[in-house]
Amino acid sequence: MTARTSALPVHGSRWLLLNRVSVSVLVLAVGCIALVLIGAIVYPGFLNLGYILQQLQIASFLGVVATGAMLVIVLGEIDLSVPWTITGTAIVVTGFAGSHNTLLADLALPLGLATGATIGLVNGLGVALFRVPAMVWTLAVNAMLLGAATFYTGGFKPPGAVPKLATYAALGHTLGIPNAFLLWLLIGAITLFLLHRTVYGTYLYAMGNSQRALFLAGARVRTITIWTFVLAGMLSSVGAILLTGYTNQAYQGMGDAYLMPVIAAVVIGGTSIQGGSGSYAGTFVGTLFITLLTSILAVMQMSDAARQMIFGAIILAMLLVYCSSDKDRA
Amino acid sequence: MSLLRRNRSLTITIAALTVLFAVFIAIHPRGFSTYVMTIWFNQGALLGLAAISQFFVVLVRGVDLSVGPTIALTNVVASYLLLGSPAAITFGIIAVLLVGTLCGLANGIAVVYGRIQPIVATLATGGMISGLALWLRPTPGGSVDEALSDALTYDIYGVPASAIMLLVVLLVLHMPLRRSPLGLAMYAVGSSEQSAYMTGVRVRQVKLAAYAASGTFAALAGLYVSMVTLTGDPGIGPAYTLNSIAAVVLGGIALSGGVGSPLGAIVGALILKTISSLMFFSGLPPLAQPFFEGLVLALAIVLGAFGMINVRNRLELFRQ
Repeated sequence: MTARTSALPVHGSRWLLLNRVSVSVLVLAVGCIALVLIGAIVYPGFLNLGYILQQLQIASFLGVVATGAMLVIVLGEIDLSVPWTITGTAIVVTGFAGSHNTLLADLALPLGLATGATIGLVNGLGVALFRVPAMVWTLAVNAMLLGAATFYTGGFKPPGAVPKLATYAALGHTLGIPNAFLLWLLIGAITLFLLHRTVYGTYLYAMGNSQRALFLAGARVRTITIWTFVLAGMLSSVGAILLTGYTNQAYQGMGDAYLMPVIAAVVIGGTSIQGGSGSYAGTFVGTLFITLLTSILAVMQMSDAARQMIFGAIILAMLLVYCSSDKDRA
Repeated sequence: MSLLRRNRSLTITIAALTVLFAVFIAIHPRGFSTYVMTIWFNQGALLGLAAISQFFVVLVRGVDLSVGPTIALTNVVASYLLLGSPAAITFGIIAVLLVGTLCGLANGIAVVYGRIQPIVATLATGGMISGLALWLRPTPGGSVDEALSDALTYDIYGVPASAIMLLVVLLVLHMPLRRSPLGLAMYAVGSSEQSAYMTGVRVRQVKLAAYAASGTFAALAGLYVSMVTLTGDPGIGPAYTLNSIAAVVLGGIALSGGVGSPLGAIVGALILKTISSLMFFSGLPPLAQPFFEGLVLALAIVLGAFGMINVRNRLELFRQ
């Protein structure tokens, strides 16, 4: 493995380091505009403010989850337990919100977040302490969550109610802008701060580049790994709560459709899957692109088969562009 | 004894399989019989072939998320072509194997020449391949030659045909992997790409060969799925992708590359299948079974990683 020098998060010399990231953000921004224009040309009257705002709202659900996924990927690991973290949180939230005990009903959202944090903790412990490859461990955790959810709900649609706050966050508007999007912006701002202005962020990038070096430098690598997974779990839960508010229910397998788009959004945003490099701007635009692409393909009434093929082909093409612009990888 | 020590993880895995299998036979209502063994080996062969497909890519330090989609695609193609005269069926089998090999080769090209990380490259190609499968056959259907299916899924003088098939696969693979320049080069590339390159190994060609072999074995798995189910189903992919990775890890094949054998992959697959069969006969409520299946899988993985906990020097943990 050759060292990837461009990946260092040096704050001063931005000129030298942003080749891959700037390429990806540029390509994606052009891609987003192209998608909207294609939609507007094929369907006149398609392009209006309402459509754009609605897409931003839908993108927020993906975006919040992708934020957590990005943190884990920058760390150099991966979280495959996203689908059932989402579904599990949704089941917990609706279950408690539907409870007759008002105290429990009020605690539904905090308990939902705690669910995500707990799952993240289990993920982090397995990866940090037992040194199980994250890909395998989070897969096993996902399988257990699936089992637990099936057992609890009996395979039926889980009962319960949706907390008002979740509905407000997912469907409400403030000054004409969807609340979900505002929440995503807020989470994005916090993430940017974490990544670029705190020691945690520096450690996160450093760890993605070389765990061994960071360990020798005296950082507490296990703690960082565990906290990153906990954070990612909680962000998945936030996404799940928004999704619950949006669909006004929890249902089996509601998270299954999210794993691939989440990873795709992070990766086409220029974050290296090996860890250690990536920008939040990339993930942000990547999420918008994936959402628009899904929407346009749906509007064009493509068959499911064609949709999958186009989706895969576009992701592959973008990765080819990025990777060939990476000059320093032998 | 030195042989045992050298293959410690494989020995442990085989011991685990033996124990699980003994428990399974003990609680199975029909006990040790040809019928039970045939079903057990058939199930194991399905996942075992998928695990060997995964093994080749993991060996050269990759991971293949398109194993499942390739199995689905080849299964669908087989459901169109494996009918009619023996000549037509032979042609069909060759065509199916070719389709799988091409899928694997496409992955290899994306990884080797496109320089995309294997996990994301195969995520994207996997999407395209499963789209293709869905396009060829939007709903499950089609049929395959029943005589061929019977020959491969029943027993021969009391020995399950699938067991013989797995044995043949292992024997056929042993020589090329452990003795031929290409096989050794695969292990070398997985251990250290740089060193392999400096030794004069043609890293690119070796990787391409590994990915192509992975595709071929995915096609074999797809063919065998057709033999067992007698139809083509575009939706069978996802379970195979995930289980093939789990099987490979259980079988002592390091995801960091360069370590492991097809035997490990098959043993891992058999363990996974035995666990789920055990759940079926364990008397646990059916709805609780998926949870325990996941739990046992997690425990097995943690046990495999147990050596990591008592490391003398923690720096050892972070060796690249």
